[in-house]
Amino acid sequence: MIYREAGQFKSSYGADQAIFPILQDRIAVAIMLAIAVVVIPLVAGPYWLETILVPFLVFSMAAIGLNLLTGYCGQLSLGTGGFMACGAFFAYKLSTAFPELHIVLVFLLSGLGTAFVGILFGIPSLRIKGFYLAVATLAAQFFLVWMFNKFPWWNNYSPSGVISAPPRAVFGDFYLTGTQATPEIKYLFLLAFVSVMALLAKNLTRSRIGRSWMAIRDMDIAAEIIGIRPLFAKLSAFAISSFYIGISGALWAFVYTGSVEALAFDINRSFQVLFMIIVGGLGSILGSFLGAAFIVLMPIFLSNAPAALGLHISVELVSHMEFMIFGALIIFFLIVEPSGLARLWQIGKEKLRLWPFPY
Amino acid sequence: MSEQAKRIGDTLLRVEGITLSFGGVRALNDVSFEIKEHEILAIIGPNGAGKSSMLNVINGFYHPQEGTISFKGRERKRMRPYVAAKQGIARTFQNIALFKGMSTLDNIMTGRMLKMKRNFLWQALYWGPALKEEIENREFCEKVIDFLEIQAIRKTPVGRLPYGLQKRVELGRALAAEPEILLLDEPMAGMNVEEKEDMCRFILDVNDEFGTTIALIEHDMGVVMDISDRVVVLDYGRKIADGTPDAVRADQQVIDAYLGVSH
Ligand SMILES: Nc1ncnc2c1ncn2[C@@H]1O[C@H](COP(=O)(O)OP(=O)(O)O)[C@@H](O)[C@H]1O
Ligand SMILES: [Mg+2]
Repeated sequence: MIYREAGQFKSSYGADQAIFPILQDRIAVAIMLAIAVVVIPLVAGPYWLETILVPFLVFSMAAIGLNLLTGYCGQLSLGTGGFMACGAFFAYKLSTAFPELHIVLVFLLSGLGTAFVGILFGIPSLRIKGFYLAVATLAAQFFLVWMFNKFPWWNNYSPSGVISAPPRAVFGDFYLTGTQATPEIKYLFLLAFVSVMALLAKNLTRSRIGRSWMAIRDMDIAAEIIGIRPLFAKLSAFAISSFYIGISGALWAFVYTGSVEALAFDINRSFQVLFMIIVGGLGSILGSFLGAAFIVLMPIFLSNAPAALGLHISVELVSHMEFMIFGALIIFFLIVEPSGLARLWQIGKEKLRLWPFPY
Repeated sequence: MSEQAKRIGDTLLRVEGITLSFGGVRALNDVSFEIKEHEILAIIGPNGAGKSSMLNVINGFYHPQEGTISFKGRERKRMRPYVAAKQGIARTFQNIALFKGMSTLDNIMTGRMLKMKRNFLWQALYWGPALKEEIENREFCEKVIDFLEIQAIRKTPVGRLPYGLQKRVELGRALAAEPEILLLDEPMAGMNVEEKEDMCRFILDVNDEFGTTIALIEHDMGVVMDISDRVVVLDYGRKIADGTPDAVRADQQVIDAYLGVSH
């Protein structure tokens, strides 16, 4: 009886097009934001902030990027790790070559650079689809990681091949990277940054460009006959997707781990992000967050749950179980619910709207 | 009908000497005809006669080996479908080609694509001119939705709609582009009598209210005789007749080739 849209009439198309047209949703979102901004930094310890919330936000960014390309535009990509590496190394080169450049600008510029790389590797999509395109993006993945590994110019000739983020402040004394950075600042910065980027992505998906991506995904022939240029639609999806993924790579290297080598962005990273959007929901921004949360939390849950239940399971078995559970879930979501957790969430809300009268 | 006849203007589109082959199969063989402004032209013929191929040639989806097409006086040999769309040619397909994962409203909004100009940075902000543009075009699409009486399924993903409604949404998507010429490939195939009547009414109303020129492929001869101003008959890739419904019905060649055989 509480979750109702009855009596909430939308008097304009603008109101009907809002992301959260129902009042209760808007209240819920406001409360969640308040908790995220005020309560979590106070109650969550550094462990929670640094090993769970920070990677969750960085992964969400990557998942949004891949979802724009694969979920919305239907172009399967296995190059996510490679594009994250681009973002990380571009950011490293930029911030060391131009120390006075503001860190946010560094992130945005490395995203932009990655967008160009994305366009380049997106060109085969004009000719090939599905499986063959996936193989082409796989080539991008291997080539990019190889390149960052091979040429020491990318890590400023560091003998270990590892890049370490130079200390940079968002403003004043608030260090986001380097040893002075606190988990609270990292978390709050990422929360704000990723939220804004997610909002922009959501806006794109409900505008003309997002509809052109979905049209290409659902039926490219009909899309072209309506006046959508496949060239522009696909390459713009590659560009914007890579922009997001590049930034997430930069955030990974600079904010999450602080130092990283190219191999951190190998093919496993690509699959990890792909699993996030499959589990979370293809073609859903909310789903990108849900999938990221799920994949960050599940290993932690699996390694703690047996102990909490008093069971003693070897670490090895836990990691095997992880694979098995992932495998089962991915098959489940691909076959039964391709729209992922986001869809389950929606079904739950629809039920709640009718509750307690199911008819 | 007579009132419509008065509105019919000059030639809007002319196809001349179109020949199209797929490997050894000649789908179209030296076909010429014209479509006049504001008229409803029916293209009929047995299965495999080349009707769908003809529409595909007109909107740039197939490229004929020979022949030319002139639209609004501009002659062309090859063009991409999106260029045809830009010039005002819209169409529906024999096998529905909707965007299955999108809602009715989003499908129709996508049809309006070419009327929207704001770049992606504005769209990312969803604010100011971009929001205004989005709302203005939404208003137009709502008019299309009202016109086709599909208000109730506005937010339903089209993949879940029954066949007849999908055909209607596809017409809506084509109408959203405000085309000058509308190509309909068997808009009533597989419909029951009631749905057919609705569709006929929509086609006549579009032609009447917006003055849209229509070329349609249809098998139901009753429908063809009722709504079209002129009929072109294709058989084995050749044009065998072209004239008013009554004249075509009386044509001996047509009776032999098409009306004579039951199907
Ligand atoms: N894409 C294609 N590839 C090969 N043959 C085709 C293709 N499209 C149409 N045809 C052939 O062209 C002929 C005409 O087909 P079509 O235009 O679909 O006929 P209709 O719409 O009148 O039933 C048929 O013999 C068909 O097999
Ligand atoms: Mg046909």
